[in-house]
Parts: sequence; structure tokens; C-alpha cells
Amino acid sequence: MQLSEILRMAFGSLAVNKLRSILTMSGITIGVFSVIGVMTTVAALRGSIESGLNILGSNAFQFQKFPSGFNTGNNMRKYRLRKNITVEQGQRYQKLMEGVAEVVSLELYDFGGGGTQATYENRKTTPDLTFGGGNQHYLAANQYAIDTGRNFTESDVELARPLCVIGVGVVKKLFPTEDPLGKSIKVRGRTYTVIGVLAERGTSFGQSQDDIIIVPISRFAMEFGNERQSLNIATQALSQEVYNETLDKAITAMRIARGLKPEDENDFEVFSNESLIASFAKVADAVAAGSFVISGIALLAAGVGIMNIMLVSVTERTKEIGIRKSIGARQVSILTQFLIEAVTISLIGGLVGIILGVVAGNGLAVWMKASVIFPWMWAGIGLLVCSGIGVGFGFYPAWKAAALDPIEALRYE
Amino acid sequence: MTPPPAPAVARTVRPPGPLVIEIEGVTKLYKMGSETIHALLGVALKIHRNEYLAIMGPSGSGKSTLMNMLGCLDTPTAGRYEFNGKHVAAMSDDELAEIRNKEIGFVFQTFNLLPRSTALANVELPLIYAGYAAHERRARAIEALENVGLGNRMHHKPNELSGGQRQRVAIARALVNRPSIILADEPTGNLDSRTGVEIMELFEQLYDQGNTMIVVTHEEDIARHARRIVRLRDGLIESDRPAGD
Repeated sequence: MQLSEILRMAFGSLAVNKLRSILTMSGITIGVFSVIGVMTTVAALRGSIESGLNILGSNAFQFQKFPSGFNTGNNMRKYRLRKNITVEQGQRYQKLMEGVAEVVSLELYDFGGGGTQATYENRKTTPDLTFGGGNQHYLAANQYAIDTGRNFTESDVELARPLCVIGVGVVKKLFPTEDPLGKSIKVRGRTYTVIGVLAERGTSFGQSQDDIIIVPISRFAMEFGNERQSLNIATQALSQEVYNETLDKAITAMRIARGLKPEDENDFEVFSNESLIASFAKVADAVAAGSFVISGIALLAAGVGIMNIMLVSVTERTKEIGIRKSIGARQVSILTQFLIEAVTISLIGGLVGIILGVVAGNGLAVWMKASVIFPWMWAGIGLLVCSGIGVGFGFYPAWKAAALDPIEALRYE
Repeated sequence: MTPPPAPAVARTVRPPGPLVIEIEGVTKLYKMGSETIHALLGVALKIHRNEYLAIMGPSGSGKSTLMNMLGCLDTPTAGRYEFNGKHVAAMSDDELAEIRNKEIGFVFQTFNLLPRSTALANVELPLIYAGYAAHERRARAIEALENVGLGNRMHHKPNELSGGQRQRVAIARALVNRPSIILADEPTGNLDSRTGVEIMELFEQLYDQGNTMIVVTHEEDIARHARRIVRLRDGLIESDRPAGD
């Protein structure tokens, strides 16, 4: 007999017990939803990060006290015990790197807690500005461009002038109608004169990149102290060809600047775009593995649910099976009929789970400013697994139905 | 209520055709717990095409067992059973299913229709298992339903039909694959006497159309419609002679 007939029969009997079928499907839906949702989010984020993550710019690497935020946890104590990288060390490093790399950006951020807010007259910015100190290379190293006004000069940094460049987010709040250039704004009780406005960058991972105020690093260190925060140093190699060479020289320079003895370990972290992507990938893999385990358990439970409902169905339909056998249904026809029913429950449940998971995962991805994707591979795997569950857990009930004795089955009331 | 009178008019008796069923020395034993039940104790029977046969006997006589055996729902413990020259006793479940599908049309006391399917779908079912294409299935099922006088009720479900109509659907289903024999088990047992008469008239018609009819019953009035009556008692054939003798 044709598959289309079996399918029609399967849909027919599933439609008879709509609520029961839907409840059984929902188990599969939940299991598939969770894994597809997580996979969609992770894949979307990964895609955006791999194509769009250029925090450091090309051919750039960064020195920092702590490893990247993605994999903190295990050795935090070891990192915390390290001495902060000071502005003086940064400047020494910069000197050593003269002639090797042109762009050496020294960055110090305000992690003072409570967030930073800037004011001008009676207007206020959002309370969670990025506020930091940088040198003349800060903008280049962080992919910012000047829209109006100018960048810091070397002498601005050397003389620790109270100047600042601001993002358009700050401009919108503080200078809705005026020209900000030359105006004095207040940040953390200090006054800075606006010399430049940055070109708009938009948001990345839910954080606006235009709510930013940067002042000369020397000024920042002078006013907010050098002890509490550790310096980030971004260095850009002249070209891809000399990247590794530059990195080697830079590590040597950094060890000298930090005053390390030859036998000491590096007491700073080095990372690049590649290492950031790699460490994100590590986290993504861990999340994926976790969601696999949880979904696996959920799907197993759902599979047991399918088996249960199919066993009930076989018992309820004993008479029907007897009738079908008496008019010539072969064992394989009965087996296929019940197997297809189980697979149909499982596949429909899985399909709904995939749709919900993709929608929810992309929703989350969009919220985090990543681009929308459709995880074809995971959807395919999901459907395959669902068919497997349907066949695996549906087989015993279907076999039980197929093996019924026609006389006994006909007599069943 | 008086039982319907047997037809008084002289009935056609078609000459027997080739041998369809031949059983010899068939026994059937059941194990029920520690007890062994001897349902059939060496039965021999020959049925030819074009016969109209009644199998009679009180309950416990083994007539249900014999019917299951004839209908290829069951195989004998010992003995020989040939259906159209094929040895049934040695057949696998799937081979038996094929015989049931193509060679035997069952009519049950309780109709045994699929309750959620229309009359047409019920009649189409044997053709589905036989592997016919949809349009041919439909055409043949409609023809079979028209043949039993239900051309106007094809799209009704069993619960929308009267008992007699349900039995007609079951008969159409039995006929639709053009089987070698129609095997009816107490076909009027669940019907009132008037409807019972109608069904037996339909059987007469089917017989005249060239079908081979086997009716299992414990009612003399039903058996009287047949041309030959086989009586069973305690697992053995007690008598086998033409009806009316």
C-alpha cells in the first residue's frame, strides 16, 4: 500500500485525539525549541562576531591585566594579584616601540562603579557613559573617526590638557541645538572642553558606542588616580607581514616596561581579534554542549511520552487492528501505520519547536544587535533526531500492534 | 415474534464449480492454562465454487474455530487445508493476510466497520491493502455499494446508518475485492428479523450473481437459505447434506 494512504490514516487518527496529540507533541516541541533557540542565538552571535568583531582594528593586539571577559572564573585570583599596568609603564612601552609600530594606544577606563554621567548647564547624559583616557592614537585603534573638530595632539597628551572628544550620543543629550565645540562639560566633577565630535557608530551587543567621552590619558590619570585602574595598551602592526614580529618585539618591550626579570612569567594578557573570537567560540561551545544535554533529556522524556501514548492508542484500537487484519492488512502495513503516527507526532512537534526556536533565537540575536540567521544545519539535525525519536519510541507499540492475533483483536471490545 | 418463513419457491441451484476449499483431518487444540481444549477433532470438508453452504452447530461445537480456520485467520494444529490448491496450514502470517485480502470476504455479526470512516472509505479499505490506485479503488467501491443498494449513502459514517445498512456496507466491503468465497458469521445476529430477511435476500442475490457463500449460524431459519448444511458437534462433523433433506 502507498505511503500517501498510510499518511492519511495517521493524520486521521491523530486528528481524532487532538488534545492528546498536541500534548504529546508539546514535549518534543519544548526539547527542540530549547536546543534550536540556543543554537540560533549562538550561531547568530558567532556570525556577527566573526564578521564584525574588529574591536582592535586590523593587525592589532592589546595588552591588558585581565584576560578577556569571556573566560573569567578559574584563575581570577592569579590575575587579581597582578600589579596594575600604569600610565608610566605604558609610556615607557610606547617609547620602546617607536619605529616598530606607529599606532600605540594607551587606554584607561573608568570602572569606578555607579556609571558615569556628564552635564552641561542643566542637561544630563545617560548615566552609563563610557568614560576613559586615551592618547592621540585612541581613535585610530578603536575605529572611531572625527566628525567635527579635532583629535588630541601629542602635546595635548603630554601637557595633560583638560580636553575631551565626545560621541554623538553625548551631543544629542547635552547640545541638542548648540555647537558643542569649545563648550565645557562636567564629568565626575571635573571640567573638560570639547574639541571634537566622533562620527556615529551605532550599537554593538546592546551597548551604544556613541555614548562615550574620552579625555587625554595623562589628564585622566592625574585626576582620577593611577592606582585603581589598569591600563589597556593597543598596538597596531604596520602590516600583516610584520604582525608576528611586531608582537614578539612588543612582548619584549612590555616585559621591560613592567620591569620583569628573565625568569618571570608575563604578568599581562595579550589578545587579538582572533583570540577574542576564539575565546567567544569556547564559551559558545560550552553553552551549546549544555543545551544539548538539557534538550537531550527533554527529548528522551518526550520520547517516553510518545511511547506511552502510542501504547494507549494500540490498546484502544485493538478492534480496529483486528478489522484491518481480517480484511488483509499485513503486519508491515499495521507496523508502518503506527510507526508513521509516532513519527508524525514527533516531527510536527519538532517542526513547531524549530520554528519557535528560530524565532526566539533570532529575537534574542536582534536584541543583541546580531544579524538574523536560519540555522539550516541545526534544523536538519533537529528533524532527523525527531524522526529518530518517533521511530525509536514508536517501534515497540507499533510492533505490538502488528503482532496482535487477528482473532483476539477482533473479539476485543 | 415468529421467525421468518423459509422461502417456499423453488430456488436456483447452480452447478458446483471447481474445488475452492479442501480440508482433511484438521484438528485444533487450545491451551487454556493447564487444560487443553480440543476445538476440532479431525474435520474433513470440501467446498466448491458456486456453493451456498451453512455451517451449523451449538456453541462449543467448534464452528467458530472452523470459521476462523476457513477464513485463514487461524491455522490448524494438524491436518491439511488447501485453498485454491494452496497449502494454507504452512503459510506465514503475511501470506494468510494476502489470502484474506484477495480470496475471502468476511461478513461479521457485529459488522466490524471502522467507526470513523465513511461507508465508502470502509469499502475501499481492502483495495488499499491490495494496492489499487485511488481512482480505481473509488470506482470499484462505489460499484460494490451500489450493488448492495447503498449508492445514496456512501458518505455516511456507520453511526449514521441503520443496522441493516451497516451490514450492507460490510457486505460491499466483503465483495469489493471479488473474493473466491464470502464467509459470513451470524450475519443477521445483530439485526431485527425483518432486516435479517432483507440481508438473506441479498445473500440469495449474491449467490445468483455467482458468489460462493458460506454462512456460519446457529439459527435453522438462516441455515435453510443455504443449499447445503454442515452440522458440527463436539469438534466433529455430525452431518453434511443438502438443505431441505
